[in-house]
Amino acid sequence: MSSVKTLKINGKDVSARTDDTILQVIREHDIFLPTLCHIEGLSAVGACRLCLVEINGSSKLRSACVTQVEEGMEVVTDNERLQKYRRMILEMLFVEGNHVCAVCVANGYCELQWLAERLGVDHTRLIYLHPDKHVDASHYRYAIDHNRCILCARCVRVCGEIEGAHTWDVAGRGINAHVVTDLNTSWDSSPTCTECGKCVQVCPTGALFKKSRAIGEMAKDNHFLPYLKTMREVNKNDR
Amino acid sequence: MDREEFEEIAQRSRDEAAAFAVHVNICTSSGCVASGCEHVKKQAEAEVQSRGLQHTCRINGVGCQGLCGSGPIVSVQPDNVLYHKVKPDDVADILDHVGQASVPHLELRQDSPFFERQQRVVLANAGKIDPEEIETAMAAGAYGALLKVTTEMMPPEVCKVITDSGLRGRGGAGYPTGLKWGTVAKATNSTKFVVCNGDEGDPGAFMDRSIMESDPHRVLEGMAIAGYAVGASEGFVYVRAEYALAIKRLKRAIHQAEKRGLLGKNIFGSTFSFSIELRLGAGAFVCGEETALMASIEGRRGNPRPRPPFPSESGLWGHPTLINNVETFANVAPIITNGSAWFANIGTETSKGTKVFALSGKVNRVGLIEVPMGISLREIVMEIGGGIPNGNQFKAVQTGGPSGGCIPADYLDTPVDYESLRKLGSIMGSGGMVVMDDTSSMVSVAHYFMAFNMDESCGKCIPCRVGTIQMVELLKRFTAQRATHDDLVLLEELCDMVSQTSLCGLGQSAPNPVISTLRYFRDEYLRCIAPVTESA
Amino acid sequence: MVKATEITPPTDDVRWRIVNATMRRYGYMPQALIETLHSVQEAFGYLDDAALTFVSQRLQVPLSKAYGVATFYHFFSLKPPAAHSCVVCLGTACYIKGSEHIVDALADSYHIKHGEMTEDGNFALLSAHCVGACGLAPVAVVDGEIVSGLTPDNAVNIVRGKIDQENNGHGS
Repeated sequence: MSSVKTLKINGKDVSARTDDTILQVIREHDIFLPTLCHIEGLSAVGACRLCLVEINGSSKLRSACVTQVEEGMEVVTDNERLQKYRRMILEMLFVEGNHVCAVCVANGYCELQWLAERLGVDHTRLIYLHPDKHVDASHYRYAIDHNRCILCARCVRVCGEIEGAHTWDVAGRGINAHVVTDLNTSWDSSPTCTECGKCVQVCPTGALFKKSRAIGEMAKDNHFLPYLKTMREVNKNDR
Repeated sequence: MDREEFEEIAQRSRDEAAAFAVHVNICTSSGCVASGCEHVKKQAEAEVQSRGLQHTCRINGVGCQGLCGSGPIVSVQPDNVLYHKVKPDDVADILDHVGQASVPHLELRQDSPFFERQQRVVLANAGKIDPEEIETAMAAGAYGALLKVTTEMMPPEVCKVITDSGLRGRGGAGYPTGLKWGTVAKATNSTKFVVCNGDEGDPGAFMDRSIMESDPHRVLEGMAIAGYAVGASEGFVYVRAEYALAIKRLKRAIHQAEKRGLLGKNIFGSTFSFSIELRLGAGAFVCGEETALMASIEGRRGNPRPRPPFPSESGLWGHPTLINNVETFANVAPIITNGSAWFANIGTETSKGTKVFALSGKVNRVGLIEVPMGISLREIVMEIGGGIPNGNQFKAVQTGGPSGGCIPADYLDTPVDYESLRKLGSIMGSGGMVVMDDTSSMVSVAHYFMAFNMDESCGKCIPCRVGTIQMVELLKRFTAQRATHDDLVLLEELCDMVSQTSLCGLGQSAPNPVISTLRYFRDEYLRCIAPVTESA
Repeated sequence: MVKATEITPPTDDVRWRIVNATMRRYGYMPQALIETLHSVQEAFGYLDDAALTFVSQRLQVPLSKAYGVATFYHFFSLKPPAAHSCVVCLGTACYIKGSEHIVDALADSYHIKHGEMTEDGNFALLSAHCVGACGLAPVAVVDGEIVSGLTPDNAVNIVRGKIDQENNGHGS
């Protein structure tokens, strides 16, 4: 079987490896496609639905991060309909939490904020839910503000798949879903946390942050991310 | 066990039953348990003892006979008399009348459309056999089809019979069962699984529960036949933890079948081995979605994952997995026994066989019915269901539960099949059918289902997690009569967005109750929009 | 690090034997998590931190995963159950026949919200999406027994009456 596939993205011919996802090809060709739950090196879950694309003119949308390329596929990454859905997804993220950019530690370094600017989300008609969410600042080095969490579960995956600690997981369900450390106990009392801080570095918003840092120091230190993918493959082979 | 032994056991059980001149069959399914059938059964047993009839009259606990609204139901054979709303005090009266005219004030006439319009395939043994005694099931033919496939047929032949029968999935979407079986059968992996989806979660639906309670062996046999056809040796029945009686009976049935060698190693002396494990759900509607169900069997949160890969390629622990629902499996044995042509003769061009519905709501006769596909909604509601009580008018019938829609009076003559219901914006679903009369507000019905979907959203993907609550909040404005035109526009946009972008079937179909009520009852929404008051 | 096989139950309560038997039946595989939690809840009525810790360590499941599973499925409870409970069915058939108003009436009477327990832990007002007695709608399950023929007007008296009756039955 051929190890290469050719497909069309937005009308342009591109080639891809057989086991590539559509998203990988898109990124390789510098085509803009928003993502929030996806991060290179961690398993793809297809949860944020921002990377939905149209395939072969079918109205049924597929998430690019979990869909493998196929020979002769025709992918459309951008049109009015997709833009509308993506804007609505971002609006939903803004109204389900309490996101106030002006007072946020991640102001200017937030993936949610960047995408909102890029996609032109400057207001919403949706209903603000103003949930009553708490902050766990018990840990001496890190803190989590649930008001800013968008449940992308990157922290859960990096902690389980890379660090192997599995301190984080998602608890509850539906609109009440939230991330927890261990048995929903305070972070400082966690018997499993290794204090590696990877969760903080992959968090796309200001939900997970390092304490006593000023805005401007919030740039994420992702030096370990290029290695994540290889590390994950090593882990996988070990199993 | 071999054929001879198998037939001997069945014959012995039939002989034992024939030794009794009179059989009093008391329904012991959940519906009748709720109305006190256990007291009736105890009283009947005591009464038979005290009259010294224990050698001529047998009291049997049997499965559901359909009329769950007027339980406890008791039938007397061979008189073929059916009694309803039986109290313990009535037992003496009933026994007095055996072999003579029936007790008039208790009798349920069987010449009514409720009985005449039905055709029982799946529920053929319900109400006849004792679901807790495998011998009575064997006497009625249980495991005969399994004997046939393991001794006379090759796996591809079995797949072909199912394909030719035209059987489609009874869990809602109507995917051709034979095609699914064929896909799993073709996978070359050595480990494969068969899963029975008994996580019936639609509010207002109790078909699968009734099947599992009334004839658990039918389900197990269907799974074993599927295992033989696709090359799996392990099966799981996933049942909601809330279905205590169904769980008890399935456990017992699995145990008895294992003891008899009808499940386990080298079934009927063949090389085919098949074991079944019971797994309990734990109160999550989303686990009816197949990828979520598999996550749950694996002991994880019931979060769905994107498909492909489909379970038939990569299912439980990555192995090819066949998932069908309870009613689908319950159709298998009769198809094998009677042939695909027999089954294909029932129903319509595209929808073959019968369908079990749980009929409830504002209708005179509430209960469990099995009808041939293609019957009209009118026949179901007006004839079998006996029309609307209290002189009210029929307004709509809701099918497909929280993923389905409401069908208004204008379409009452629509035949019940997969395609026709979909064309009307509803779905066959698993078989809940709730009737609404002119006193029901369709906006609040939509709100009810939306709130259900919101509660049951797993929270993994954003459109479903946040979209459902947004729609519920908007619908609250409508039910409070203070909505605006903008709210209506936004509601419709959300319907489109949530259905198009959600990850799994639950989210994609979550807006259906709103979409269908907007389609047929838009004026009710418009009436909920507050008039704009001019500021002075 | 303690070996999984050396992990012992949090107390010497005999009920842990049932829980252990369940885990053994599944070969202490992580996939037995849900079945094991069922067995803990059946034995103890709810899942507390000690139970979750024991089960997760014995099955070698991360604590956070056990917590995630326990809170995903609404059948599991992390709090001790109330002495008495009334589960009002909100299935479609019951809803169409007004069971929502029954919930409201009971909530008013006990001064709690639906889904809550009274402060003294004596009574909890819960709801279910269909208890499967659609033929008898609207229904409620009071301390495990199905009660039909409820209306918003008579529900409070019927439920209170039933609970009083039980209290007297056990108390005297």
